[in-house]
Amino acid sequence: MNDSVIGKEELVKRCEEVARDAVQGGYFLNPDTDFTKNLVRGLMVNEQRYGYPACPCRIASGKREQDLDIICPCDYRDTDLEEFGACYCALYVSGEITRGEKTVGPIPERRPPRSMRKTVSKAPSGNVPLTVSLPVWRCRVCGYLCARESPPLVCPICKVAQDRFERFL
Amino acid sequence: MIEMTHIDGEDKGKVVLYALSTCGWCAKTKELLAELGVEHSYVYVDLLEPDEIEEALTEVERYNPSGSFPTLVINDSRVIVGFREQEIREALS
Repeated sequence: MNDSVIGKEELVKRCEEVARDAVQGGYFLNPDTDFTKNLVRGLMVNEQRYGYPACPCRIASGKREQDLDIICPCDYRDTDLEEFGACYCALYVSGEITRGEKTVGPIPERRPPRSMRKTVSKAPSGNVPLTVSLPVWRCRVCGYLCARESPPLVCPICKVAQDRFERFL
Repeated sequence: MIEMTHIDGEDKGKVVLYALSTCGWCAKTKELLAELGVEHSYVYVDLLEPDEIEEALTEVERYNPSGSFPTLVINDSRVIVGFREQEIREALS
């Protein structure tokens, strides 16, 4: 597989976008700017290779439907931020780490191994205790819920694409 | 057999690193191996051809069932998953 070439200006622009989105969403990027820049480059490389920005620290299959959970921001970011102060690749970190009160250590892989992965369900995820007039959709990245015939094209909260939603009710 | 890149250095046994070319932790692990100056082999699994990726992943999963990177294997037995700097230093000192 040929590696992609990412232009310097393109990379700087993307880093700014990622930083701006992080601030707007109340997140912090890793203060180690070289490390962060390399991760953003990795996201851009993956976008060129696979057509979506898969986590640079995970192996992508090249099939979007199999990798939905690891498209950055991944489904595991917030849980890892809470437990370890950083997401798996450490692009996103907690406030404590940003302020230098804590350092980032290795983060164990939360994504299930290949043999145990499930695809995103289009059926409700649990027992439905009540009748609803419209299906309720949940964003797997930020938890945003909305009741409508289909999920929004883009999550209005965290901006991820429609296919990151699961049927909640 | 997956083709690995061999790096000369001090013989501390068979040291194999499975890594991704885009991963920050893999880069840190690779730098640490260079700093320690140990003889090792590494492979960027994401740069392999699809059938080789499958072969490499199966190999990684044998040592590290989560199939994550970096996976460092020393003498086909000791496995260090992730950039665990102290552990790597101790194992290769």
